[in-house]
Amino acid sequence: MSALVFLLALPLVAALAALVAPRGAPALTLISAAAGVGAALRLAQTVAQGGVQEIALAGWAPPLGITVAADGLAVAFLLMTALVMLAVALAARAELAPERAGARVAFGFWPIALLLWGSLNAVFLSRDLFNLYVGIELLTLAAVALVALSGKAGALVAAMRYMIFALAGSLLYLLGVVLVYGAHGTLDVGLLADRTVADPDALALALMTAGLAAKTALFPFHVWLPPAHAGAPAPASAMLSGLVPKASFVILIRLWFEAMPDQAGSGALLLLGLMGAAAVIWGSLRALSQPRLKLIVAYSTVAQLGYMFLIFPLAGGDGAAQPWAAGAWTGGMFQALSHGLAKAAMFLCAGLWIIAAGGDRLADLRGLARPMPMTAMAFGLAAVTLMGLPPSGGFTAKYLMMTAAFASGQWGWALVLAGGGLLAAAYLYRPMAEVFARDCPITPQPIPRAWQLVPLALAVAAIMLGLISAPPFDLLQVGRPEAAEEGL
Amino acid sequence: MTGAAALMLDLLLVVLVAFAGWAALAGRGVFRAVVFFIAYGLLVALGWVRLGAVNVALAEAAIGAGLTGVLLLATVGRLERAGAARDVPLMRGAAAWVPALAGLAVTGALVWAWFALPLPESPGPQLAEALPRSGVENPVTAVLLNFRSWDTLLEAIVLLAALLGVWMLGRDGDWTAPLGLRQHVREGGVMAGFGRVLPPLGLLVGVWLLWAGADAPGGAFQGGTVLAAVIVVALMAGVAAPPGVDALPLRVALVLGPGVFLGAGLVLAALGAGFLTLPEAQAKAVIVAVETALTLSIAVTLAGLVLGPPTAPNGAAARTPDGARP
Repeated sequence: MSALVFLLALPLVAALAALVAPRGAPALTLISAAAGVGAALRLAQTVAQGGVQEIALAGWAPPLGITVAADGLAVAFLLMTALVMLAVALAARAELAPERAGARVAFGFWPIALLLWGSLNAVFLSRDLFNLYVGIELLTLAAVALVALSGKAGALVAAMRYMIFALAGSLLYLLGVVLVYGAHGTLDVGLLADRTVADPDALALALMTAGLAAKTALFPFHVWLPPAHAGAPAPASAMLSGLVPKASFVILIRLWFEAMPDQAGSGALLLLGLMGAAAVIWGSLRALSQPRLKLIVAYSTVAQLGYMFLIFPLAGGDGAAQPWAAGAWTGGMFQALSHGLAKAAMFLCAGLWIIAAGGDRLADLRGLARPMPMTAMAFGLAAVTLMGLPPSGGFTAKYLMMTAAFASGQWGWALVLAGGGLLAAAYLYRPMAEVFARDCPITPQPIPRAWQLVPLALAVAAIMLGLISAPPFDLLQVGRPEAAEEGL
Repeated sequence: MTGAAALMLDLLLVVLVAFAGWAALAGRGVFRAVVFFIAYGLLVALGWVRLGAVNVALAEAAIGAGLTGVLLLATVGRLERAGAARDVPLMRGAAAWVPALAGLAVTGALVWAWFALPLPESPGPQLAEALPRSGVENPVTAVLLNFRSWDTLLEAIVLLAALLGVWMLGRDGDWTAPLGLRQHVREGGVMAGFGRVLPPLGLLVGVWLLWAGADAPGGAFQGGTVLAAVIVVALMAGVAAPPGVDALPLRVALVLGPGVFLGAGLVLAALGAGFLTLPEAQAKAVIVAVETALTLSIAVTLAGLVLGPPTAPNGAAARTPDGARP
């Protein structure tokens, strides 16, 4: 069986098994995640050597059937997701054990986390607009359940608000899909790229983009995100913040760069870029004034997701071939990947500190670097990535986008990139200053070294994405859409 | 039906659908809104019949109006028992106008799109050519369980995710309790009688819908919804007691459908046909097996959604079908 089908089926099979045999669920999730990393690496190798791998599921070619395809973009996200899932499985084994989290959470977390993983893999690989809808529906329901997991009143309110936003987003996306199908009789991204343009296409793309923007928490649709991501248990927050928004973002990329690049008007590109810039600034400013670590990290997600939308204006511009567009596109992908790793690491750090110190108010964290140096190191490395400092994956991302901004003469976006980095340094300085304080007023609960190693590994991976950036860079170019090369 | 009569009926339906929709949204009473929502769903189902989409009509009536209506009514009931039921204040000012204008704008855009849409050249011809090789005669079933089976597999798992989410809303202390609130049935009362008469009839209808789905409108989702109603009525009548989450048969029943579906897909891949690829000769047999397992799982999952999370008897106040507290 191909690694592609394996990655589609594995999380779903594991989720069903975890539901039937809950006692074995933690071990099963761990083994599955490890196997998932292996399969993603193998698929990456196949794609790097043999190009895009495509399968017509059920043996029916579009427009009847559904195509799944592993290009460089899909494989990079599959691998990042599998790595985060492996770390989450390790962290949750300790943090969400029945005696610590209760029987309800210890039962529900595993199948829900596996379903979330399965839906992410399905979305990254799918080339069918309706199948993508089903994928993000599964993703949304699993994510809402994770937000509600703690059972606290605040978390339930956040889950409800998240669900209303996400379902409104689903509905808008589905409306757009209906229009596309009505006009072209196909849902396949590849066939749509070669379609005869119809009048309602712009409306369909606008509806789908609005829906997906709400799901990606793009400013001003971000209000649901901070309470939802901060209220969940740390391993759940790591998935919610690091992985979930990337699915709707990847669908946006498929729509704008692959299915309908012809509909990308300069006004729409500018609007997306402005919303991204507003997210960077507003999310960072809000992060600066938060009293609790998890809220700082959650608002930072709002800001970091904003950068990804700068690639729309950066890859746009006037019709002629644009050598900088590919840089902007690849930079956006590096940003999404390194943020996924670094943000998951940060939430897992926060989880360990909450166990050690009993809370995540900034004052609670005072001096924790001394008893927990590895966790402090992990948080620091993740912060380096979010600030976009060399030699991290975040630096590669911003370097590529910055180059595109200068080369295309769009200086304004470069200011946002630089200013966002400074703001990130400012809002991450506050928790870092507390953690690295010399005095530790409390005696924290001891945390085993093995637990601390997990976020550290993720943070190191985010750094490696910049240190050894050539292989992921080359991988992302496999099957890169033409529009990413020539500009929107 | 003559053209004029059909036109009158269609116009009447359009007016009624719009009225029921408006009545569900306007006004303060939550119960009233739910009742109009159910009426709205049934009228929309009639609309689908008029459009010739009988499969969609069955799904809309069973799930859109029936199941969703029951879930909403159960929510109203829970709110009343918790003393949290209150009328919804009417929205005023920007809170009313912004969504109303946004809704109008989307509606207007869709009306424009309706006239602007070209007639697509696909997938009509491809569908006509492929249908004889799909193993079933009902084109909807062919799409759901053969051409686009990956969608349907994921949809079945979406239901499971929804149920897990509902279970996570229970209280920690109630986790080992049976699902849902306790039922108290008056001996010889209406509910006790219904509970013994309706389930066998419902069982027949549900199985018929499943079986008919191969060649006529119907299928796993419609049949499963009817069977879910059978389960809920039987439990409400006290014919059987609801299980808890720790009951292995319950959990096996939940995963059976998606499990058989996924397993069949993987076995076909291992045999060299490709993931979820049905060889023409075996297509019908595999589809019937998968649909049967799916129907059972859908029925149990939907019934689970109606029952709600595990609830200890002394947690929320127990209820009787007559509405009195014991």
